Amino acid sequence: MAVARNKRMSIGAAQSPLLGAAMFSPAVLYILLLVGGPFLLAILYAFSDARIGNTEMHFVGLENFRSILQSPSFRVAIRNSFIFTICSQIVVIVGANILAIALEKAFRGRGLIRFLILMPWVAPISLGAIGWKWILDSIYSVITWVLVAMHIYKPFSAPMWLGEPHLAIASVLLVHSWRLMPFSTVILLAGRTAIPKDIPEAAAVDGSGFWRTQLQIVIPMMRPIISVAVLFGLIFTFTDMTVVYILTAGGPFDSTQTLPSLAFALGIQGSDLAAGAAISLFLVPLLVILAYFMLRVAHRAEVN
Amino acid sequence: MAVVETRDLTKVFKEGQLGAVNNVNLETREGEFLVFLGPSGSGKTTLLRMIAGLETPSSGEILIGGRVVNDLSPRDRRIAMVFQSYALYPHLSVYKNIAFPLKAQNVKKELHKEKVEWAASLLGIGALLDRKPRELSGGERQRVALARAIVREPAVFLLDEPLSNLDAKLRASAREELERFHRRVGTTTIYVTHDQVEAMAMGDRVVVLNKGVVRQLGTPTDVYDNPADTFVATFLGSPPMNLAELGDVIVGFRPEHFRPVSTITDAALPFRFNVENIEYLGSEWIVSGTLKGGKLDGKKVFSRLSSAQNLQLGGRYEFAVPQQHLKFFDRSSEKRAEPRAVSWQ
Repeated sequence: MAVARNKRMSIGAAQSPLLGAAMFSPAVLYILLLVGGPFLLAILYAFSDARIGNTEMHFVGLENFRSILQSPSFRVAIRNSFIFTICSQIVVIVGANILAIALEKAFRGRGLIRFLILMPWVAPISLGAIGWKWILDSIYSVITWVLVAMHIYKPFSAPMWLGEPHLAIASVLLVHSWRLMPFSTVILLAGRTAIPKDIPEAAAVDGSGFWRTQLQIVIPMMRPIISVAVLFGLIFTFTDMTVVYILTAGGPFDSTQTLPSLAFALGIQGSDLAAGAAISLFLVPLLVILAYFMLRVAHRAEVN
Repeated sequence: MAVVETRDLTKVFKEGQLGAVNNVNLETREGEFLVFLGPSGSGKTTLLRMIAGLETPSSGEILIGGRVVNDLSPRDRRIAMVFQSYALYPHLSVYKNIAFPLKAQNVKKELHKEKVEWAASLLGIGALLDRKPRELSGGERQRVALARAIVREPAVFLLDEPLSNLDAKLRASAREELERFHRRVGTTTIYVTHDQVEAMAMGDRVVVLNKGVVRQLGTPTDVYDNPADTFVATFLGSPPMNLAELGDVIVGFRPEHFRPVSTITDAALPFRFNVENIEYLGSEWIVSGTLKGGKLDGKKVFSRLSSAQNLQLGGRYEFAVPQQHLKFFDRSSEKRAEPRAVSWQ
């Protein structure tokens, strides 16, 4: 039956090969024009001395990469990219698991709380980041105001959330985590509901308490779905420049610069297209590896 | 080993609605194999889940080994349960599945290996310990679930339709294995099923449930031969007991007792039987048709015979039911009533 149907379908496709191509072409065009084109251009620029406002361009070999690797801001940017990505994922996965456990059982107002939790994901990143910029502002910060009102800090000696390197890094991390939490929560909640109710019940009868059931049964069973959440989170955070750009613009003293924001700062704002392109190319191998794992996990999740 | 007892146990899921379980009073015997039998929605699983501690009773008490366990969590009740789906932990090997209750109950680590191997050998799955549940057949999964249940030597076994996911052939052998297993370990066992064959074959006693109410508690012979009401009479037996209303009484007789007059020597109630369908089932024949004449004219009845070769479709025959096999039920309460003289003419 299945064989017969396959055969009929392949004959149908063979009769109008143009239709298949026509249906497929918008996707191909889209990828070629908006992803492939810029990517090739970036490779071209990275080996040249292209600058904004200069029509001439010369091949300079690996010169751009050599000078980037020697630049301290680049090293900070690479370190930050990893710190932001990895730490925010840890915060997000722990937080999202807790939220998912809390939201699993029905209670009055659960719908409203689910909706509220989803808000950071629904709102544009830029708006959310601007909101946080105000919350963490050196003069208008509500957090500072509360701390002062509680007499934990004196006015004018309160911490500058975005003005001191370590606090600024922590602030960016916080906003990244806030932003990704809803996405992971929704995914984990779905994963949790997919576990047959029998299994935690069997664990309870077997004598397992809440923590053991969560840590040894439920969360390990959710591993494929958690990997999906983590991989998406890694890519979203690693490639994101909005949060850093709006909160700190990479400052103070480039201490919160990440690879994407540094590429933008040097390549677009600093007119050094070649340097910007070379920095963004550093992202490629990492993202290729992540994308590979993402496809593998997605495939395995399908099989199961 | 322990005795399980329920006192006026009731579970109401939605306020104002009929309870899923209503005022159930039961007591198992030491080492007994007690079967909860009923159609789906009869409350048998809810009853079992309350005993396990997975469902909170609305009222009433549950006692295990003489102690009220209402407020104890499942882990403190010294019970083991086998779920309909087996509920094996899919990410753990068979060994780790069986060892999990030991780990959870903080049994000393040195003892795990020995105990797991004991349970596994008892169920003949010693060779499967390194496999994952998804690599096992249905029957093997069931055995792993049983091994996981027995490994910490519980006081009571609760089994929730453990055979319903097996195919018919495997079910018969798994049933036999379960019986042998119970005889060997001798632990008090409560077994939930909707399958009357399983209930009759395995149960020391059977609890017949309907709409959350215990209709009858008795040995398989009791519930089959002396049903307490018309529900039990028609739920057990295939085809079910024939029931015919005669005035304020309902007369019932099993298909195997409804036979040609010539084969009956005792005092019997005679009927005229119009044969409308004959099914040959190998070891027996199921004949269905209608009664003719009198108050029961047109009443559909079944007969189960060892031979029906001399019966013809559409033929009319003299059939009868021996007096001692006639059961009587009160028409309004549908409960068992005293035998009395009846006539359909």
